[in-house]
Amino acid sequence: MEWVWTNFGLIWGLTLSQVWLSALPIVIGFVVSIPLGYLASRSRVARSVLLSVGGILYTIPSLALFLIIPVIIGTSLLDPINVIIALTIYAIAIMVRSSADAFASVPEPVQDSATAVGFSNAQRFFAVDFPLAGPVLLAGIRVVSVSTVSLVSIGSVIGVSSLGFLFTDGFQRDFFTEIWVGLIGTLIVAAVFDLVLVLIARALMPWNRRSSPALARMIMRKRSVVMPR
Amino acid sequence: MNLFEQGFAWLFDVAHWMGPTSIPVRIGEHFEYTGISLFFAALIAVPLGFFIGHTGKGRGAAIAISNVSRALPTLGLLAALILLLGIGLLPAVIVLVILGIPPLLAGVYAGIESVDRQTVDAARAMGMTELQILFKVEIPLGAALIFGGIRAATLQIIATAVVAAYFSLGGLGRLLVDGLAQNDYPQLVAGAILVIAIALIVDGILALIQKLVVPRVSAGTRSTKRTARGGAIPPVAQSRTLIKEGQ
Repeated sequence: MEWVWTNFGLIWGLTLSQVWLSALPIVIGFVVSIPLGYLASRSRVARSVLLSVGGILYTIPSLALFLIIPVIIGTSLLDPINVIIALTIYAIAIMVRSSADAFASVPEPVQDSATAVGFSNAQRFFAVDFPLAGPVLLAGIRVVSVSTVSLVSIGSVIGVSSLGFLFTDGFQRDFFTEIWVGLIGTLIVAAVFDLVLVLIARALMPWNRRSSPALARMIMRKRSVVMPR
Repeated sequence: MNLFEQGFAWLFDVAHWMGPTSIPVRIGEHFEYTGISLFFAALIAVPLGFFIGHTGKGRGAAIAISNVSRALPTLGLLAALILLLGIGLLPAVIVLVILGIPPLLAGVYAGIESVDRQTVDAARAMGMTELQILFKVEIPLGAALIFGGIRAATLQIIATAVVAAYFSLGGLGRLLVDGLAQNDYPQLVAGAILVIAIALIVDGILALIQKLVVPRVSAGTRSTKRTARGGAIPPVAQSRTLIKEGQ
């Protein structure tokens, strides 16, 4: 415990870079996946292409992806940007599927009636599809968030420091406390991210507070099998 | 010559294909770790998943385990457990088994649970014993999700074994870690290419086996979810989200 106080500066700094390195991929991944997922929910071909490409990218082990990205795009080998890009790729690979499911979960009659009362396509997307897809999108981005936060630490193997530094350093120094601090710190960051997402969703989707739409609830229940609530 | 070409040159250099630390040896080690770990993970997770899926007991615990395992960074888990158990094959395999269990467990019990309860009740009404129901009804109907869990666990173990090289384990990760330590970029790039190739090939082979082995489930059962537009989402596609729970 004493070690924690004497090294609080270090731990705090590492926590901040952990937050940075995971927040960027989560946000970028979300933004990019929305149009892709919408496209996938409209067309079968787009769906199968996007999902299979996503599946293939997701299969690549993270450490290898961290190291192959600089070779492809020509950045320096130990640049943190490589980790951010790799995690963004994973985020998109998971999130495209969720957002395709989310948009597909919007009931067709609701969409048709929006069109019937004169919504343009763009209006309908922002005023009807996107809000109604919200609960499923939330479930997806929560999975992305948790897995991104825990993947960031692998970056410390290639010298991109985050809380993962405490794992490699603690191992080399044969010092358990340091590893524990890293593990607990990572879990705290993941929990805070999750809380922030839930709070944002609550603010944006006030109608969901009491009861979620039956369809979304059904899908969420189905997902609780593989996804954290 | 750019790094890519250097990596491939390293990969195809005959000198790197012979000797005690050659590429085939590393590949062999990697498959050895993966195979042993997957075997023991399956030995624990598959019966447990059958039990949870069939009886519904311990479902909450199974979900909790798979959620926590998603949030736990594997690098930290590896560091802690290898420090605790010592360097060597056994501790590494124990870690890989621990990390292989959650995706496998989730896939197996979700597969069993996905089978329509009415179908199960019908089987029971026809006089099937619980074991017959499990093996003749639930496992065949849930096979796609179960197989998805196996695929997810295999890839999780392969990916984690790469990272485990940092803690002095052998396998393909050695090329990456040694390349980094020695600033030998061609070796590092060659290692990354090999790891990616092997992950994709293994997943492809498993996908092929799945296609051959897993019985087709008719669209009427609950394990095939329908989108609002009427297109069916294969259960395996759903289960792919299991992969890589924070490796």
